[in-house]
Amino acid sequence: MTRCGVSMVVEPGSTQVTKTGAWRTFVPVIDHDKCIKCSLCEIFCPDSCIHQVEGNFVPDLDYCKGCSICAHECPRGAIEMVLEDK
Amino acid sequence: MMRVAEGSYAIADAVRCCSPDVVSVYPITPQTHIVEHLSQLVANGELDCEYINVDSEFSSLSSLIGASAAGARTYTSTTSQGLALMFEVLYNASGMRLPIVMTTVNRALSAPLSIWNDQQDTFGVRDSGWIQLYAENVQEVMDLTPQLYRISEDPDILTPSMACMDGYILTHVYEPVEFLDPGLVKEILPPFSPVNVLDPEDPKTFGAFADPSWFTEFRYLQYKAMERALDLIGKVDKEFEETFGRGYGGLIDTYQADDAEILLVSLGSIVGTIKDAVDVLRKEGIKVGLVKIRSYRPFPVEALKEALKDASVVAVIEKDVSVGYQSALLTDIKGALYNTSIRVPIVGFAVGLGGRDVAMKQIRKIVENASKVKDEGLELETEFEIFGVNPECL
Amino acid sequence: MQESLFAPGHRACAGCGMPIAIKLVLDAAGPNTIVASPTGCLEVTSTPFPESSWKVPWIHSLFENPASVASGIEIALKKFGRTDINLLVIAGDGSTFDIGIGSISGMFDRGHNITYICYDNEAYMNTGGQRSGSTPFYASTTTTPIGTQSPGNLVRKKDMPAIAVAHGAPYVATASIAYPVDLRRKVKRSLEIKGPAYIQINAPCITGWSYAEGDTIELAKLVVETCICPLYEYVNGELVGVKKVRNKRPVEDYLKTQGRYKHLFHVEGGEEYIANIQAIADRNAEKFGLLD
Repeated sequence: MTRCGVSMVVEPGSTQVTKTGAWRTFVPVIDHDKCIKCSLCEIFCPDSCIHQVEGNFVPDLDYCKGCSICAHECPRGAIEMVLEDK
Repeated sequence: MMRVAEGSYAIADAVRCCSPDVVSVYPITPQTHIVEHLSQLVANGELDCEYINVDSEFSSLSSLIGASAAGARTYTSTTSQGLALMFEVLYNASGMRLPIVMTTVNRALSAPLSIWNDQQDTFGVRDSGWIQLYAENVQEVMDLTPQLYRISEDPDILTPSMACMDGYILTHVYEPVEFLDPGLVKEILPPFSPVNVLDPEDPKTFGAFADPSWFTEFRYLQYKAMERALDLIGKVDKEFEETFGRGYGGLIDTYQADDAEILLVSLGSIVGTIKDAVDVLRKEGIKVGLVKIRSYRPFPVEALKEALKDASVVAVIEKDVSVGYQSALLTDIKGALYNTSIRVPIVGFAVGLGGRDVAMKQIRKIVENASKVKDEGLELETEFEIFGVNPECL
Repeated sequence: MQESLFAPGHRACAGCGMPIAIKLVLDAAGPNTIVASPTGCLEVTSTPFPESSWKVPWIHSLFENPASVASGIEIALKKFGRTDINLLVIAGDGSTFDIGIGSISGMFDRGHNITYICYDNEAYMNTGGQRSGSTPFYASTTTTPIGTQSPGNLVRKKDMPAIAVAHGAPYVATASIAYPVDLRRKVKRSLEIKGPAYIQINAPCITGWSYAEGDTIELAKLVVETCICPLYEYVNGELVGVKKVRNKRPVEDYLKTQGRYKHLFHVEGGEEYIANIQAIADRNAEKFGLLD
């Protein structure tokens, strides 16, 4: 079978090869001491890229587009958007 | 055993023998009897399938895209305006490589509105990536039905197909036909086993979009599959003949063609009339014969070259017009022979538009015109004619 | 939250409301789900061949046919005895309100067991923000621009949920991405109820509505708190629940942060236009009993 296959079929979740983090200007920085683990940042992230790692919520910078929804919705103001030095 | 049956009834029974999982239909004249008979077969418990009445032809083919992607063997039938409404779904089904089979009843396209037969509708979707086979009589449409499933579902083909049959002339005729034996159909038609299906256990994506770095390759693969179908159509026709005792010659068939100086080329039910005309003209000593096109897409270029190479004149008779430039079959045949050493004059006649009856006397006149071209040479104005225009109507 | 069934790497704009809706819907439906989608933002941002964000089986055919495609999937699954699988359509408002409405009507009419989800961003955003049947009064779109002779869109937003209810769809609801618990509950409920369901999810669009990208959820809250977008549920034609609005906000609070409504605050007659929008919100509050 060729790469195109015969049914135009694509493997699940395969957009993960594309690192949309390159789009970002500002990067979310999470203050884990302020964080109350409400998980709203994770729920509202359009790019499904904030996850709990060893108890703390951490953005996956491979995909984070820097939209700042997490910072806006954090009820404790624990997330700051910082201009990224690339 | 031969039984007299209405064409549509016989087609519905042939569909039954192919055991479709999903049948999705919308009524349109003169296709309706096919889907009515199918619904009765389901109501009687003689066909175990999911049958739905949908909101349009657009939806009938769209729903079959879903059903086929979910692994179902699928069937629908339409004609004319319904086929036109399906236009973008046709391209989509073939591009997604879904082996849907459809009986396409040939009928004129509006305006003016006409419920009567010509072949403008299917010629109009020539480039949609569907296999198109044209049948001469009811038996041939019946026999094509399992053959088309076999061809479309072949893993090397995976291309949808349509069996084209002339509206009223074949759908509403009562004639003796041999009904198919479902057990024998199973011998030539294995169960549909698609490579990819919509399944949560193996969650694939169907119908992704292709940017310019991919699109050409998809079309190329479709083109190649259609080329492979050229071989398979003949092979399946032979297999069918071995099992059922009826064969149709594969891509094309010929009649009194071996020594013919005047070769008529045509397709569909008019072929029967032409054969009768050939018999009569032969008795008068006119060396006329017939090449019947069965497969229009894929187009049987090599078979046609072989069949037409010794003719003195070729006359193409078809029921469609490309307003602006002649007609589809004529230009395709000219194209097929152009880059060869075959230098036979080719003329075309558009007949039977919107259900105008084509009788033997018209075929005789066409042969006379073709004969004149043979003797006097080809002039541009004699190359193509909308045949039988009544000046009193103009 | 379980790992999202809508993978990152999709090409939706930074801060887009649509993928938030998608991941919440899939979170509620779970992996035993098949999705059909039309052409649109969702399709082009999530499935550029040979990539896909979908971790459930997904199919795209055309712009106006996902309801028909899903109908075909449903009857095929029925034939194969696989009626345990959740079946969703997820489509934008252009496909839903306008070009695909015939197919949707057929799907409702035939009673297929499908949940049809419309992420509603109130215009044809994939083609550059043209007016759709969902575009609300006075919104400036690229085909209802403001000018000396025009204050934006002059046609009311089509009441698509009412059309679904009129078809006898046993479950019809509206939801917002700003209320994820409510949204997920509604998706789950729709899947428990046999027959066709319709859920319309308000999902702000940064480029079409023209606002700062971090404000997506804030706007999705405001449209509910102003009563412009009431959140309700109909079961078998009966209104069974509404999301109460505790502190009803004036519509200006919602309108003023969006570029598509900016003109209302400076054109002649702008106050009247805003008053008309306020009247719609007030009617919603009364009709659905949104206030205590």
